[in-house]
Amino acid sequence: MADDVRPDVPAIEMRGISKAFGSAVANRDIDLTVRYGEIHALLGENGAGKSTLMNMLSGIYRPDSGSIFVGGREAVFAAPRDSIKRGIGMIHQHFKLVDVMTAWENIALGSAGGLLLNRKRISQEITELSDRYGLDIKPDRKVYEMSVGEKQTLEILKVLYRGARILIMDEPTAVLTPQEIGKLFAIIRNMKEQGCAIVIITHKLNEVMEVSDRITVLRRGEAIATVETACVEIPSLIEMMVGRRMDLSIKRPPCEGAEELLRVDGVTVTGKDRKSALDGISFTLHSHEILGVAGVAGSGQKELCETIAGLQAAEKGRIFFEGQNILGKSPRDIIRLGIRMGFIPEDRLGMGLVGSMDIVHNIILKEYQGQKGVVLRRGPSAQKAQRIVERLDILTPSIHTPVSRLSGGNIQKVLLGREIDSDPKVLITAYPVRGLDIGASYRIYDLLNEQKAKGVGIIFIGEDLDVLIELCDRILVLSGGCVTGELDGARASKEEVGFLMTGGAA
Amino acid sequence: MEAFLAAAIVAAMPLLFATLGELLTEKSGSLNLGVEGMMLIGAVIGFITAYGTGSPGAALLGAFGAGAAGALIFAVVTVTLRGNQVVTGLTLTIFGSGFASFVGDPLIGKSVPKTVQAFFAPAPVPGLSEVPFIGPVFFRQDAFVYLGYALVVLISIYLYKTRPGLNMRAIGESTAAADASGVAIDFHKYAHILFGGGLCGLGGAYLALVYVPMWQADVVTGRGWIAVALVIFASWNPAKAFAGSFLFGALSILGFRLQSMGFHISQYLVDMFPYIATIAIVIISTHKNRKEDLPPADLSVPYFREER
Amino acid sequence: MILPLRITKKDDVPRRQMAAVLVVSIGLALFFSGVVMLFFGLNPIQVFGTIVQGAFGTAMRLEQTMIKAVPLTIASLGILVAFKMKFWNIGGEGQIMMGAFAASWVALYHQGLPAGAMLPLMALASIAAGGVWALIPAIFKAKMGTNETIFTLMMNYIAIKFVMYLQYGPWKDPASQGFPKIPKFPDAALLPDVGGMHAGWVLMLALTGLVFLFMNFTKKGYEIAVVGESLDTARYAGMNIPAIIMTAMFISGGLCGLVGFVQASAIEKTLTWGLSSNYGFTAIITTWLARLNAVTTLFVCLAFAVLLQGADYIQLALHVPAAVAQVVQGIILFFVLGSDFFLRYRVKWIGLARARKEAVQ
Repeated sequence: MADDVRPDVPAIEMRGISKAFGSAVANRDIDLTVRYGEIHALLGENGAGKSTLMNMLSGIYRPDSGSIFVGGREAVFAAPRDSIKRGIGMIHQHFKLVDVMTAWENIALGSAGGLLLNRKRISQEITELSDRYGLDIKPDRKVYEMSVGEKQTLEILKVLYRGARILIMDEPTAVLTPQEIGKLFAIIRNMKEQGCAIVIITHKLNEVMEVSDRITVLRRGEAIATVETACVEIPSLIEMMVGRRMDLSIKRPPCEGAEELLRVDGVTVTGKDRKSALDGISFTLHSHEILGVAGVAGSGQKELCETIAGLQAAEKGRIFFEGQNILGKSPRDIIRLGIRMGFIPEDRLGMGLVGSMDIVHNIILKEYQGQKGVVLRRGPSAQKAQRIVERLDILTPSIHTPVSRLSGGNIQKVLLGREIDSDPKVLITAYPVRGLDIGASYRIYDLLNEQKAKGVGIIFIGEDLDVLIELCDRILVLSGGCVTGELDGARASKEEVGFLMTGGAA
Repeated sequence: MEAFLAAAIVAAMPLLFATLGELLTEKSGSLNLGVEGMMLIGAVIGFITAYGTGSPGAALLGAFGAGAAGALIFAVVTVTLRGNQVVTGLTLTIFGSGFASFVGDPLIGKSVPKTVQAFFAPAPVPGLSEVPFIGPVFFRQDAFVYLGYALVVLISIYLYKTRPGLNMRAIGESTAAADASGVAIDFHKYAHILFGGGLCGLGGAYLALVYVPMWQADVVTGRGWIAVALVIFASWNPAKAFAGSFLFGALSILGFRLQSMGFHISQYLVDMFPYIATIAIVIISTHKNRKEDLPPADLSVPYFREER
Repeated sequence: MILPLRITKKDDVPRRQMAAVLVVSIGLALFFSGVVMLFFGLNPIQVFGTIVQGAFGTAMRLEQTMIKAVPLTIASLGILVAFKMKFWNIGGEGQIMMGAFAASWVALYHQGLPAGAMLPLMALASIAAGGVWALIPAIFKAKMGTNETIFTLMMNYIAIKFVMYLQYGPWKDPASQGFPKIPKFPDAALLPDVGGMHAGWVLMLALTGLVFLFMNFTKKGYEIAVVGESLDTARYAGMNIPAIIMTAMFISGGLCGLVGFVQASAIEKTLTWGLSSNYGFTAIITTWLARLNAVTTLFVCLAFAVLLQGADYIQLALHVPAAVAQVVQGIILFFVLGSDFFLRYRVKWIGLARARKEAVQ
């Protein structure tokens, strides 16, 4: 049973929690106290150990040492169901919902009750609950028909339905528009009013300042400090997060001598579900520029990248690369035509690289087509691998280490290094800093700016609007497979981009 | 025609039981390609028990237990030890056929005892068996066939109307989501793999005890694989599994029927029909587009909670 | 469940530990097989002893062991090429049958050919037939994404029924007085002996080397490995995936087809429907045990040939069904499949007290 709420007893107390994965220490001796009726932000850069810590609270991971108290009583969680029983609910960054099931089925999933499912009763309970917290959900809607925002609402309801008094949200704002973020914060505040304890995991400073009561900062697996939000300023938070004073602004060197490299003209692509994934997209990309692409997840970003790279067939339209139409050409044709185009796909290990193969064999991936004969020549690629490792300071035991064994940042450097090494004229990058820590992210921004200075035209698909606005020269906004706006990076505002992301005028 | 369809129902039963067994296994996220092996294990143990005890109940229980025991090997290797499901299933098939020939060796050519044969004699259902056409085809069958009908109904209700059914479907679709929602993953997987294996064992036993009431080592001849294909054909739906089994039951006895009607086709060519038809349905099933007709999304995906 | 164990993931496994786990699991598998034999009233020590005798006891038995290693190795090499691509070719049996059929067609219907032309033609025909038989499911897989597991398996039954049809029908030897068998091959179609046994062993060694080189040192081998790891990556790299799937499957089926040629020409000296003798299935086990490495495959197959020949011998010597070999093979693979767990995860003893505390919740 969920514990009774006693305001004087902390909702959660974690003492001396440590957790290692193999040789990598994710959490080291962490203490954390969360009270009922507060919004507690867990702040830290990617890889600081925030999600690991909270996953131990939700029963996904088990701590190597340390103890957890919920409502003053010790708790040992062998599985998520133990944590649910103690009134804890976690909303994971990657939603844990069953796609082919309806909202009510997802909510009923794993919950206690009789043998037979009573759809009517559960739906009614859901409606009552959503009214109370000001949520909006259709119980009979299938998850695969839902927008990202709806899915998040469903996750929140699912947790509330189980009577959770302690809510953990892992990067809840990462996939939302500024407008949706506003709504989410209102919901969170409402829950706080009703006495819930809320932990939000984030790396976004302004959101922390806006919504939280207290902040605990994690760095490299250790808890650095817990502070009252009202008594702290952003620069000192940065220092706690990164370990040194740092200017988090991203450089945007001016672009000069731009000429047209790529022109996308009325491209329409039909997706797997037979709806159009891209609907008459047109834009141009110039040399010496970074063109940002913003949009809610699944607005056609993936299809756009893959169509340009020749991986996706289009219904109609044309794509001119320096005047030559490349639409309908396969990646093979594109390589043979001598078109130098680099592509950093979103799914690094699932598409850009082969995780189980070493760096050399991942370099060969883009080389072997050009080799003559039937024999695979590793020599030149090994030299290249060595060069890339040195140039980008890739941390790896050797060039013969499987790339899946490397850290996220180093994996991305292998991929980016390979693509840059072939001297591309156009570089397509999809979410290139996702999951990377601050140091690695800024290294990637620098590399992209270096390429820009050399005259490369870069397409940057991003999700963090702050980054898009600071880094990109122009921002293209996609919504439902259409271009809803094109903004000047130097003058765009987050609200403006967010408005266009949800369809703009429509 | 009625006689032909009634015989088709009998021929369909081994397929139906195995298909339902595999359907439950796959719905809960495991792809067990050992159906053929579990049917063989069930067949040989069912036959031995029948031969030794003369009790039909003991034979069926033994067959169910034997099929479940075969499935238990699969469950331990794939669920607890996270071994590759495809290869483990294939190995179970090889193991099962070896086991059946090894254990059944002294019984080759022996027949099913009279008491057991009597149990599987047709027992018309009062009232229903008198309905024109429907009666003679569906309701003048043996008790095992009625059990098959009942299973189709019960499994349909279980899957779509009950809480455990919802939980197990969720495991097949998204193990991580089910786990995070508090569903006991390993327990559900074990339960369905074992029960599914038990049903496969029953299907095999029916072949050995009723369909070919004499022991022969190659009694299953690919029906386990046809069952795997029928699960796809049926889009993981028990009612469609019944329809598919019926169709294949009819197909498998079509040869006799044609020959008795005076067509001169080689028995061996006629024997190919079910296999060719299976290929046909596998090809046709490739073209499914509705989300609800697709395989469970996490089918045969290994799950480790602490995976990062 | 109350288990005083904690399971965590491992990063790296030293080679020595891999070998140790393998040896322990095979040892346990043999021990467990012994327990099963005891249960059925057999003396496991006697059975295993007789198996070893049956495989090595005399020069002739040793030759029989080698005779079993040849088809098993070549079929395993074929399966390896497909499995490397994660294409589950379980149609080895059928591909062997079709290879044997094509070789027999050359041998029986082109009797005038000299030995120098006859054997190469038979070999080529068997490769082509096995390859085409494997190509059919491959085309559907490549173009439509059709599930290859069931497809290739059904092709087995069709091939066997087809050869049965020939044996009991159009190809039946009219001189055999109604006995359903196909005429013997002419002498020119029989594989000659080299160094005391039929020449298949030369083929076995040569193909092991060739497949090893092909998989590790050619562009095509690299492409097959990438396709097996990730279709999206292959697409990203501009690979022609359908062509790769079809080429690999043609090679896979072709090698199995060649087994049909060897068995028909050197062992059966004709076509029979039982000719594939489960080699196509056993090859799945050996290939997996060899972790898809061609050279390892050769050694695993030699070991399995010992088991197969020994099992044939115990049937004669002890009247124990030869199927016991299949049971033992299955048990070995179960143990090895399960033992991978200990390579990928670390199991830690956390003590009963803590386990109970966790279970109380």
